[in-house]
Amino acid sequence: MSEKQSDTEWQLWEVFAQEKTGEPHIHCGSLHAPDAEMALQNARDVYSRRGSVVNLWVVPSKEIHATSPTEAGEFFEPASDKIYRHPQFYTIPKSVKDI
Amino acid sequence: MENETRQHFITFLLRIADDRLILGHRLSEWCGHGPILEEDIALGNIALDLLGQSSALLQLGCEIENNNRSEDDVVYLREVIDFKNCKLVELPKGDFAFTIARQYFFSVYSKFLFEHLQRSSNETLAGISAKAKKETMYHLRHSKQWMLRLGDGTEESHSRLQNAVNELWSYTSEMFFVDTVEKLLVEKNIIPSLDSLSSQWKEEIEQCFREATIAIPQNGFQQSGGRIGNHTEHLGHLLSEMQILARSFPNAKW
Repeated sequence: MSEKQSDTEWQLWEVFAQEKTGEPHIHCGSLHAPDAEMALQNARDVYSRRGSVVNLWVVPSKEIHATSPTEAGEFFEPASDKIYRHPQFYTIPKSVKDI
Repeated sequence: MENETRQHFITFLLRIADDRLILGHRLSEWCGHGPILEEDIALGNIALDLLGQSSALLQLGCEIENNNRSEDDVVYLREVIDFKNCKLVELPKGDFAFTIARQYFFSVYSKFLFEHLQRSSNETLAGISAKAKKETMYHLRHSKQWMLRLGDGTEESHSRLQNAVNELWSYTSEMFFVDTVEKLLVEKNIIPSLDSLSSQWKEEIEQCFREATIAIPQNGFQQSGGRIGNHTEHLGHLLSEMQILARSFPNAKW
């Protein structure tokens, strides 16, 4: 093991699963594992038991930097009143799917 | 299929189905007792895969027997002496290292076994084997990763794994046991020859041991008897637990 961990807890990992090739990976939960290989192995057991997963990512939870929920207001709201950022004035051609 | 061939084919199916039935049962004993939640789920998953394989093989056996015996009858109403699994799979689950070492030995064997049986002239057996091979590759990946980590891990994990390997070693040859049953089936072109299994298995095991810094036990006495119904005392206890419901409530449906 590369880094020191407590005797009773393995490292925490976040799991992202992709359901179809080309689709985004979606966060589906977390699990404990001693290293990346085992984390993938566990992710396969815990999150892909019921099929429809083509790819899995595992990321150490401590490597994820998230915005703070308490600052959500000032962080995201300034974007919502800028109408020109929302391309809803266009009609989408029928042949374009998945938008 | 003439009578003798049919009998032998049923015996062969029982041998490989019982291995998976009993090992699946042993693995399921970890349910709720795994060292960590994720491993609890992993062992449970593997147990279910093995039960599924055993169920498919037993269904095929009942079909060939064509005697109104159902898969459930075969599992719940047979006596110890009629079980044909090798002794390796019936040993108590031991500690986590013991479970992993046994699973690794068995999964490597299963990989090569199903690789051969995919070429069976019996289409159902070939189909079951192709599906089972896929599942086995995953079981193998799981137990091999643990072999490497326990073997080349801490002093305690290393010694526990080495002890498990030493203890299990005399039960490994039985997986490659063949008698008139397999020989006749090979002769009749129902299954391909299984002669190469043992050397394929040994080669893969040795490579893993090198990586996991585990010593190969000196070849000594090898156990046998399971394939013809002579078992350790552990199987009877396992069966009494597994069969009690079906025997207490005949014809119960679940």
